Amino acid sequence: MTGIPVQMDHAQLDNGAEPLAPEVPKRRKGSPKKQKLLFLRNGKSFTGLAILGFFAILAVIGPWIAPYDPSAMSSDILQPPSGAHWLGTTHVGQDVFSQILVGTRGVMIVGFIAGIGATLLSILVGVSAGFLGGVSDELLSSLSNIFLVIPALPLIIIVAGQLPDAGGLTVALILAATSWAWGARILRAQTLSLRRRDFVEAARANGESTWRIVWFETLPNLTAIMASSFVGTVTFAILMQTTLAFIGVTSISDWNWGTILFWAEQQQALSRGAWWWFVPAGLCIAMLGMALTLINFGIDEFVNPRLRSTGASPRALRKRRISPRIGFTAVVREGAPASSGGSATTTSRPDGATRPGASPASTGATSSGTGTSATTTGGPGTPRPGTSHDDRDNDGTTTRKESVR
Amino acid sequence: MKYFLRRIVFYVITAWAAITINFFIPRMMDGDPVSSFINKNQGRISSEARESLYVLFGLDSGASLWEQYVDYWKMLFSGDLGLSIMLFPSTVSEVIAQALPWTIGLVGIATVISFLLGSFLGVVIGWRRGSWADGLLPITTFFSSVPYFWLGLVAIMLFSVTWSIFPSSGAYQPGLVPGWSWEFIGSVIQHGTLPAITIVLSSVAGWILGMRNMTVTVTSEDYVTVAQAKGLSERRVMFGYAARNAILPQVSGFALSLGFIVSGTLVMEKVFSYQGVGFTLLQAIGAHDYPLMQGIFLMITLSVLVANILADLAYVVLDPRTRQEG
Repeated sequence: MTGIPVQMDHAQLDNGAEPLAPEVPKRRKGSPKKQKLLFLRNGKSFTGLAILGFFAILAVIGPWIAPYDPSAMSSDILQPPSGAHWLGTTHVGQDVFSQILVGTRGVMIVGFIAGIGATLLSILVGVSAGFLGGVSDELLSSLSNIFLVIPALPLIIIVAGQLPDAGGLTVALILAATSWAWGARILRAQTLSLRRRDFVEAARANGESTWRIVWFETLPNLTAIMASSFVGTVTFAILMQTTLAFIGVTSISDWNWGTILFWAEQQQALSRGAWWWFVPAGLCIAMLGMALTLINFGIDEFVNPRLRSTGASPRALRKRRISPRIGFTAVVREGAPASSGGSATTTSRPDGATRPGASPASTGATSSGTGTSATTTGGPGTPRPGTSHDDRDNDGTTTRKESVR
Repeated sequence: MKYFLRRIVFYVITAWAAITINFFIPRMMDGDPVSSFINKNQGRISSEARESLYVLFGLDSGASLWEQYVDYWKMLFSGDLGLSIMLFPSTVSEVIAQALPWTIGLVGIATVISFLLGSFLGVVIGWRRGSWADGLLPITTFFSSVPYFWLGLVAIMLFSVTWSIFPSSGAYQPGLVPGWSWEFIGSVIQHGTLPAITIVLSSVAGWILGMRNMTVTVTSEDYVTVAQAKGLSERRVMFGYAARNAILPQVSGFALSLGFIVSGTLVMEKVFSYQGVGFTLLQAIGAHDYPLMQGIFLMITLSVLVANILADLAYVVLDPRTRQEG
C-alpha cells in the first residue's frame, strides 16, 4: 500500500535525519497537543473517529437499549420496517434492529482483539527481526513471508470450519494468528532503517542497553506504522469475521452482523423481497469499514505533508491560490497563516499555469520534497537502504483485498 | 543471480510449509470423515467396505503420523490427490479439473477488467488532483469497504429479483448441455455478467488508489517537469512519462492477484452458487471431505506461489534498477 512509504517519510522527518525540506524544523517545534489537534482537524480522520466512536458506544450499550430479545420469536413474520419494529422482522418474527444492536458488540470485540493480537505479534516478530539481524532475521522474515504467501481466507475457513462451534474469541485468535505478517514485514523494514540512524548509534555509544534502545528510541518512532497497521488489521478482521459468519462456518448462535446476513440468505430474504433484513447489516459493516479506512487516510496525511493538500477541498485550495497540478507538490503547512500563499510554505503559482517553472522558491521546495521521498520510498523497486529487495511494499493491498472476497 | 537463488529457496520452503500445514490441519481436527460419509450412504456400506475406506483415505489409525506424512508426499509426487469422499467415485483431481475452468474464466476476466479500468482511472485521478475527479475516491472507498458478499446480495436483489435482468445463481441454464453451442455460450455469459460486475466493483478501488498514489508521487519527479517544459502534449506526458513509471507496482500487484484467481472469489461463488473452486471447497468443508479440501488448498497455494514468481520476474523485466542490484 502506498501508505507505507509515506510513513517512512514521517519517521525521517521526525528524526531530522535529512533536514532537506525547510519545513522540518518548524514542524518539530509544534507541541504534541497541537499535533494531536492537527490530526483531529483533518476532516477524514475526524469523520472516521466519529463513526467509530458511535459504533463503540453501540457496542457497549447495544444489548441494553435493544427493544427486543434478538432471538425471541414473535407472530410478526417478515414485517417491513414500522414503528414497532424499526428495521422490520425476520422469517420467525425476530426484530432485526435488536439483532443489529446486540451484534455490534461481537463485531467490535472480535475486530479489536484480532487487531491487538496481530499488532503485538507483528511488533514482536518485526522489531526483533530488524534488531537481531543475521540468522534470526532470516528465519523470522521467512516466517512472515510464508504467512503472507499462504492464502488466508481458505486457510481460515478450513480451520474455522473444523472447530466445533467456533465462537467469537476463537475467531479473533485465528484472525490474529493469520494476519500479523504484513505488519511485521513493514515494521522490520522500518526498524532496519532506524537502527542505522544517528540517534540510535548515539544511544548505543552512550552505553544504553538494547532494551532501552528498543523501547525508548525505536518503538516511539514506529508508532505511526503500528497505528496504521492496527487499523488495517481491525478492518480486515471485521470483514473476515462477518464473511465467516455469513458463510456459516462459525457459530451461528452468536449474534453479529454476519449472522444476520447468514440467516437472511438461508431464508431467501432476497427472493421474498425482504430488503430490510440484509441491507442495514451490510451498511453497518460498510460504515465501520469506511470509518477505519478514513482514519488510516488521516494517519497517512498526518504523517506525510505531501499527501495533505489532497485532503483539502478544491475550493479551499483555489482560495489559497494553489493549483494542484503536476510538477510540484503543494505542501500546505498547518498553523501558518492562510494568507501565506506566496511564501515558500505553500508553493503557489499563477492560476491556470500548467507548465512548471514558476518562481525559484517553488522549484526549490519541489526538488527538496522529491528528494526526501525518493530516498525513503525509493519508488518501486529501488533498493531501500538497509532493506533487502523482497521487502517491496506494493503488494499488500492486493494480498489483503483479494483474500476477503 | 544470488537474488534469484534466494527467492527459489524461499519458494521451496514456502511450498513445503504449505503442504505440511495442508497435511496436518485435517488430521488435528475432530470429525470423522468416513463416519460422515457412511452416514450419507446409510446402510449401503458393509463393515468390510468401511474398513477399506479407512485405508483408502489414509485414515487407517494403525499407521503412525510419520508414515502417513511420507505416504502423503509419495502420493503428491505421483500426482495422486486421492479420492473425493463427497463425490465418491471421482478423484480429487477430476473434481478440481471440473471446477477450475469456471473460476479461471470468470474471475480471470473480471480481474483483468478491474486492473485495466482501475489503473486508467487512477492515472486520471492522480493527474487531475484537486478537481472533480477526487470525488471518485470516496465512492470507490465505500465500495471497497462494503463486504463483498453483501454487494453480491444487493446486486442479486436489484438485478435478478426486482428487475430480473440477470439470473441469480449457477453458471449456466440448468438443462443445457455444456458444449460449444451459441445457446450455451450465451447462457454462460448471461450468468457470468453479474458476478463479474460485482467483482470489478469491489476490487477496482484498490487499483485506483494504488495507481493514483503512485501517479501523485511520480508527477513530482524531475523528468515529468522536464517533459512538461519541453512542451509535450499533456496526454503524452500523462501516459508516456507519468503513467509509464507509476504502473510498475501495479504490474507486480497484478501478477500477485493472478494467484488469487484460482482461490477464486470463494465468497462470490457462494453467493452466486457458481460452480467454481471456491464453491467446491465450501462444499468439501461441509462434508468433511478432507482429500478434496487438501487438494484444493494445495492448488490455491501453489497458484499463489507461481503468481509470486511471476511478479518477481515481471519486476526484473520491467525495472532495470533491480537488475543492477544483483
